Order: sequence, then structure tokens, then C-alpha cells
Amino acid sequence: MRTTLGRVLIYAVLLLALIPVLFPVYYVFAGTFMEPRELSTFPPQLIPTGFHLDNIQRVLDAVPLMRMYGNSIVMAGIITVAQLATSVLAAYAFVFLKFRGSAVVFALFLSTLMVPAEATFIPNYLTISGWGMHNSYLGLVLPFLAYAFGTFLLRQSFKQFPLELRDAARVDGMGHLRFLWTILLPLNKPALSAVGVYVFISSWNMYFWPLIMTRTTEMQTLQIGLNSLKNAESANPGLWLAGAALSVLPTLALVIFGQRFIVRGLTAGAVK
Amino acid sequence: MLPTVPTPTTQASDRADGDAAPASTATTAARRQIPSASRATGPRRETMLAWGFLAPSIVVFLLFLLYPLGRTVYLSMHGNDIIGRPSRFVGLSHFEEMFTGEFGKILLVTALFTLGVVVPGAIGALAVVLLLESQIRAQRFFRSAFVLPFAFSVASASVIFAVFYNPASGVLNGLLYQLGLGQVAWLTSTEMALISICLTTVWMNLGYGVLILAAGVGSIPKEVNEAALLDGAAGPRRAWYITIPLLGPQLFFLIVISTINALQGFGQIHILTQGGPVGSTTTLVYSIYENAFAYGTSDFGRASAQALVLLLMVLICTAVQFGVIERKVHYS
Repeated sequence: MRTTLGRVLIYAVLLLALIPVLFPVYYVFAGTFMEPRELSTFPPQLIPTGFHLDNIQRVLDAVPLMRMYGNSIVMAGIITVAQLATSVLAAYAFVFLKFRGSAVVFALFLSTLMVPAEATFIPNYLTISGWGMHNSYLGLVLPFLAYAFGTFLLRQSFKQFPLELRDAARVDGMGHLRFLWTILLPLNKPALSAVGVYVFISSWNMYFWPLIMTRTTEMQTLQIGLNSLKNAESANPGLWLAGAALSVLPTLALVIFGQRFIVRGLTAGAVK
Repeated sequence: MLPTVPTPTTQASDRADGDAAPASTATTAARRQIPSASRATGPRRETMLAWGFLAPSIVVFLLFLLYPLGRTVYLSMHGNDIIGRPSRFVGLSHFEEMFTGEFGKILLVTALFTLGVVVPGAIGALAVVLLLESQIRAQRFFRSAFVLPFAFSVASASVIFAVFYNPASGVLNGLLYQLGLGQVAWLTSTEMALISICLTTVWMNLGYGVLILAAGVGSIPKEVNEAALLDGAAGPRRAWYITIPLLGPQLFFLIVISTINALQGFGQIHILTQGGPVGSTTTLVYSIYENAFAYGTSDFGRASAQALVLLLMVLICTAVQFGVIERKVHYS
């Protein structure tokens, strides 16, 4: 059957394939701790001589990185909470409330997923600028307060809930909102976490919209800040790496510790 | 679904509610058999509540999705007036000019970029998953390691690769130098720039592909693999005749989603090449950005016409996806 040689070969190929995959992950942190001159040697040096903090210190002086961090947290946080709220309510209506046209409305919700956001950016930019909200938190989050993907995922999850239990709660005089809050949501924590983690990562990583929606560095999100940093400090790649390393910490933590939620969110559409 | 309920029926069921005043679980269960029958609160209140719950989502969709689509169509037929507002009617001229060489090149770059991201991405993810699937130790560790790039945003990945691509101090040219090979102008030559952008994107997306395909492998029934082993199918034979065919739906999903994502790829181009050199990395999305937002004078009309082309492309991809999923990709 399986030979030892075959097994060794598989490990060898896997380890070899891991080098290009993990090298950028290693290098962004290694480069962060290098001294500037270590980064400009040729052929390049791969291991820092020590934990030099110059790059981190200088990147904080070069751009308001902490402020940008805050902007990203505020933007991604508001979008995540809002999408969870709007999705929960909509999914509840589709699963637990009977109303005429439910199937049609659900189909319309799903059809919104087919529209690429980039196709709406020009009018949305004009609308939001027209409201005087360019370069503001509201402008950053408004178009993303609802997204049918969350509704779709939560609807799948809510449908597992035994209707008998729901009816029993209703007979006991429990209103819809109280039932939703005290019984349904606690029982659907895995699906809520999956949606939450998914929405947070995708809005944290957003690029096009925050790029056109911000004018001042004080309002830029981290992702846009990285581009500004690269342009402002074009001769100091160490600063770019330090900025990238700092910016990736939250999502890296989510990918390492919250992978099962990510898997659930990402594969919901793929595995039927 | 609910039939178009004539008012008398509703009233009748309301009366029925009144008759069964102390509602028991039994009557509630029985009532559910009749689709048009109401629950304890009455159908009208339930309908109003439902629309109330849907309203926040619907308002966002109307304001920031449906209205923009209409306005994009309107804008696509307008050019800038003398004070730079997109209000001068130009008919279909923005679409007519698409048949010139310039837009053809943009479409070609978009197609090459999509191919250069989707094909290596799917093959790479499939290879990783097949290797991982061959019952090795530390499977979980390896999978997590391959998924790690997923944490990197398009901006952080692009910045890191910008350091790699530096002609004078980057690790890629350093590696070529130590191998005794010539140096490469990764981002500044028209032949290499798009390849470099693709490379960055493939790295960024690998983790996603591995997650999708690994989930597919996980859903293959144990019995199938046991039967395959009994029939003597192991290693590459099992991968080719069993795992890959059974991964059909996930592979297909991955290819469609990666295509849609590639069509929307923007950040890596904006950070690494700004669409250059001489337009060699100007994809459709980048061209939309360039026309609408990059320079002082915004050409919203031309950009909107291009946005409609993008919309059409993504719609075709989704239609293909739905069409094929309806007919099922594998034999189960």
C-alpha cells in the first residue's frame, strides 16, 4: 500500500510548498525588527541581527498609525454590528413570520449579492458627498450597513430551530422580540460568530471605498494608511513592513484562533 | 407560499382564533397545517412586523444598491459640462468608444489577470489539499499554515510584495543573483508587471482556496474512501478517480468566486503599479477608478459606462454558477 518513501515524499513536497507561502509572513515581522541598513544590503539579509524597534518607532512618527488603527476599528466595528443587526432581523422575518411575498422578497435579497460593489461606488460617492459626509465615519460605513450574505447564512441557521419550541414560547405570551433576544440568539451563537468574523475581516480589509471616501490622513483607515506610508516614505521599506506587520495583527489573531468560524462563514455557500 | 388571501378567509381564521380562545399547543400545531391561517397575533400584525424587520435592510439596498444602478445607467450616457458636472447628454458615445483599441487592451489585461489568478490559484489549492488529504500526521498544522496568508489584507500583502519586488534590495532579485541568474524589473517592465501582480494575488488567495477545498474533502463520505481502498485505489489513483471528481462542486464554486474576485481586483494594482507601466496592468476596475477618481477632473460618465460592463461580466459569472449548480456538478 503506502510506502515509507511515498510518505517522506509527501512531507518533503508539503514543506517545500510551505516556503513561498510562509516566507512573506515571516519576512514582514523579520523586516520590521531589522535596522534600516540591514534592509538595504544586497543580496538581502533574511534574519535580523536583533530586535531593533527603530522601524516601529519611526512608522508611528511618519503617519498617524494609531489614529488609523482607531478608524479601522470604528469602521469595521460599526459595519459588523450593523450587518449583524439588520441580518438577524431580516432572517427572523423570513423564517418565523408569515407574510405575503416572503419568497419573492428573499429572492430579491439574494439577487443583491450578484452586484459587484465597484459598480455602485460612483453614484454612492456622489450621494454621500452630496450629503456632506465625505471624509467621515458615516460616509465610510453607510453603504455597508446591510448585506444579504449575513441574512442568507442566519436564515439557514434559524431554520434549524424547532418550530414547536417557538410556538410554545409564543403561547406562553412571549413576544417576538423577547423570543429573538432571549432564546433564538443565544442558541445561534456559532452562526452569529461566523457572520461576525467574516464581516469584520472583510470590512477591516476594504480598500477601494475607504480610498475614495477619505481625504485627510486623519480619516484614513489602516489599509489606505499603508499606501500613504509607502508613498511618503518611498525610500524606507522597513517602515512599510512595520506598518503592514502592525496592521495585520488583528486579522492574524482571528485566522489563528477563530479559524473554525471563518471556515463556517466561507464554506457556507460552497458545501451544499 | 401564501395564497393571495381573500379577506373573508382571513376574517374566518380570525374568528377561529377567537373560538379557540385559550390557545393550546395542539391547536397551534394544527393551525400550522393551513398555510393561510394566522397565528395568535393575527396575520396583519405579523405582516407589519415582518416588513418592519426587513425595512432596515431594504432601505440600505434601495439607497446604496438599486438607486446607484439606475444612476450608473443615467451617468453612463452623460459627459462633463463646462463646470465639470456629469450633466451633458452624450447618448451611447461612451459605449461606442469601447470598440476602439484602448478599451480592447483594458479587457485583454483584465482577461489575462483573471486567468493568471484563477488557474494557478485553483491548481495550487487543489494540489495542497490533495497532499494534505493523504492521511499524514500534523494535517491540521499544515492546513493552518497554508491558510495563514488569508489574514493579510490586499494592502498589507501588496506592501510586503513591493519590498520583495524592489530591483536593488528585494529578496526576489537577491535570490536570482545568488542562483547566478539575471535581474528582473518586476514592476517596471511591461512584460513582468502583470505577472508580478498575479503572483501577489495568488499568494493572498491561496488560503481561501485551501479552506473551500478542504471543506469539500471533509464532506466526502468515509464509505467512499473505504470502498476505494478495498478496490485497491490509493495515492494518486484515488486522488484522480475519486477525490477530484467528488470535489467537482467545490472546485467549480472556487473557480467562479475567484473569477468574480479577480474581476474586482483593485488594491494590489493601485499600490504596486498604478495601472502601469503604459497601461500594462490597467484592468477594468482600475480603469473605472482612474477615470472617476484618480485625477482632478473626474470623468464619471465614461467610468459609469465601464462600471456597467463590469456589472455585466459579474452577472454572467453568477448566472453560469446558478445554471450549473441547478444541474449539479457531480453524480450524487
